[in-house]
Amino acid sequence: MSKRHFNWSGLYLALVFVILYAPIVYLVVFSFSAGTTMEHYHGFSWRHYADLFGDTRMITIVFNTIIIALLASLIATIIGTLGALAIKNTRGKWRNSLLSLNNVLMVSPDVIIGASFLIFFTMLGIRLGFVSVLLSHIAFCIPIVVLMVLPKINELSPTLVDAAYDLGATRWQALSQVVLPAITPGIGAGYFMALTYSLDDFAVTFFVTGNGFSTLSVEIYSRARQGINLEINALSAIMFLVSLLLVLGYYFISKHGGRRNRIVTVKEGDAQ
Amino acid sequence: MRQKTLFIVPYALWIVLFVIAPLVLIFYQSFFDISGHFTLGNYGSYLTSRVYLKMTFNSVWYAFLITLVTLLISYPTAYVLNHLPNKQFWLLLVILPTWINLLLKTYAFIGLFSRSGSINQFLQFVGLGSHQLLFTDASFMFVAAYIEIPFMVLPIFNSLAEISPSLINASKDLGASQWQTFRKVVLPLSMPGVKAGIQAVFIPSLSLFMITRLIGGNRVITLGTAIEEHFLTTQNWGMGSTIGMILIIAMFIVMFITGETKQKGGTRR
Repeated sequence: MSKRHFNWSGLYLALVFVILYAPIVYLVVFSFSAGTTMEHYHGFSWRHYADLFGDTRMITIVFNTIIIALLASLIATIIGTLGALAIKNTRGKWRNSLLSLNNVLMVSPDVIIGASFLIFFTMLGIRLGFVSVLLSHIAFCIPIVVLMVLPKINELSPTLVDAAYDLGATRWQALSQVVLPAITPGIGAGYFMALTYSLDDFAVTFFVTGNGFSTLSVEIYSRARQGINLEINALSAIMFLVSLLLVLGYYFISKHGGRRNRIVTVKEGDAQ
Repeated sequence: MRQKTLFIVPYALWIVLFVIAPLVLIFYQSFFDISGHFTLGNYGSYLTSRVYLKMTFNSVWYAFLITLVTLLISYPTAYVLNHLPNKQFWLLLVILPTWINLLLKTYAFIGLFSRSGSINQFLQFVGLGSHQLLFTDASFMFVAAYIEIPFMVLPIFNSLAEISPSLINASKDLGASQWQTFRKVVLPLSMPGVKAGIQAVFIPSLSLFMITRLIGGNRVITLGTAIEEHFLTTQNWGMGSTIGMILIIAMFIVMFITGETKQKGGTRR
């Protein structure tokens, strides 16, 4: 009885995974096709990869996207971690309103964020381009960092901090020697999530990007509107490989980190 | 620890500049017409125009369907995942596609659904003939649901994983069948996750605009499409902001209905 049940659910899960991965596999497979359409496979070829690496515009855009993502998530992680530490110290009403304000950008539709930032930058006279895109990405990455760091701070036992003070630690020492090491997994997770958000964003960037500057999502959008171009397939194959490595890295870091910090955290956090 | 109040400075600055100011500005902008005069006309024309009202209704209806499809696929997935050994690893596999750029996934479907694309080749092979798949409502909803699945699976999975096994054992000890245990114990306890998932899917579905363009072929105009058009094509920021306000109101309604989920809800983790 239970055996049969398992088979059905296994089949269902397999089906879901096929649906989830079919488009990605499809993209990757056709990136090696010698043809120019995603309809018939024309034998193995690296030509689309050669095209991709010869396409300076695309390479520049990929670098722009990566720089924006790395910078935005780094700055967002710093501000977000400080914010989470600050929220921890607030009480009652203040705390609740801070948390609600924090979540506004998490739940707002992308178009609203994009449109309102566009009005905001135009009113301030900030030229649309690198700066406006970077500022927007920092802005929408901050709340996710806060949400990832806050639980780790809440898990941290106040007695540990008190103990540090009792042993003569200064505030800075207590922070850098006790609090920060304990919440590092949260900060790491926040940084990774911010990176994902930034790399994946299309709608907000689309609104605030202006003419001269472009990120990958926006570029793919405009190319996809013109039809199929297997160069994009080659690009997606590479991106998939990179994401796979990042995710595996993240998985092992979070597993490892969870174990190492067990002593510091009162309640053992699940490896997230 | 008091000194930590200093930490709040950059964060508070962010709240003022990037959370409060933009919302105030979009509200303010909604009272101006295309030539910059103060007016209530945007709201007037929104409320009296059949086109806008029908568009809003359609948008909500499609978002509802997308959420429903996503939920029906995701709940069993999360449930099965939760019973697997190494479930964190499998969960990671569900989340992995979200790391692939959204546009790339949508782009893949342009190829899959095209007139002589793989799906049609398969349909012909089975003898069902080829069909127009791209630029239909069904393909639009399928792609939207595809993209949203991980965001629905994740919160449901988390709430299922939090259910203590002893509760399920207790229910079985008391003679409940598998189905009864599911209906009376597991399902109610997983509702916070379901609500969080609905929030995480419904609101973005209202505002999708690139899928409507690339897959839906502009047949479905969502609130998001309308806003994008007013801001970037016709440059009528006032009307765009007005529709934006409608979208914000819709968002609050959704959050109110799916409320009680505390901070855990609504985050696309």
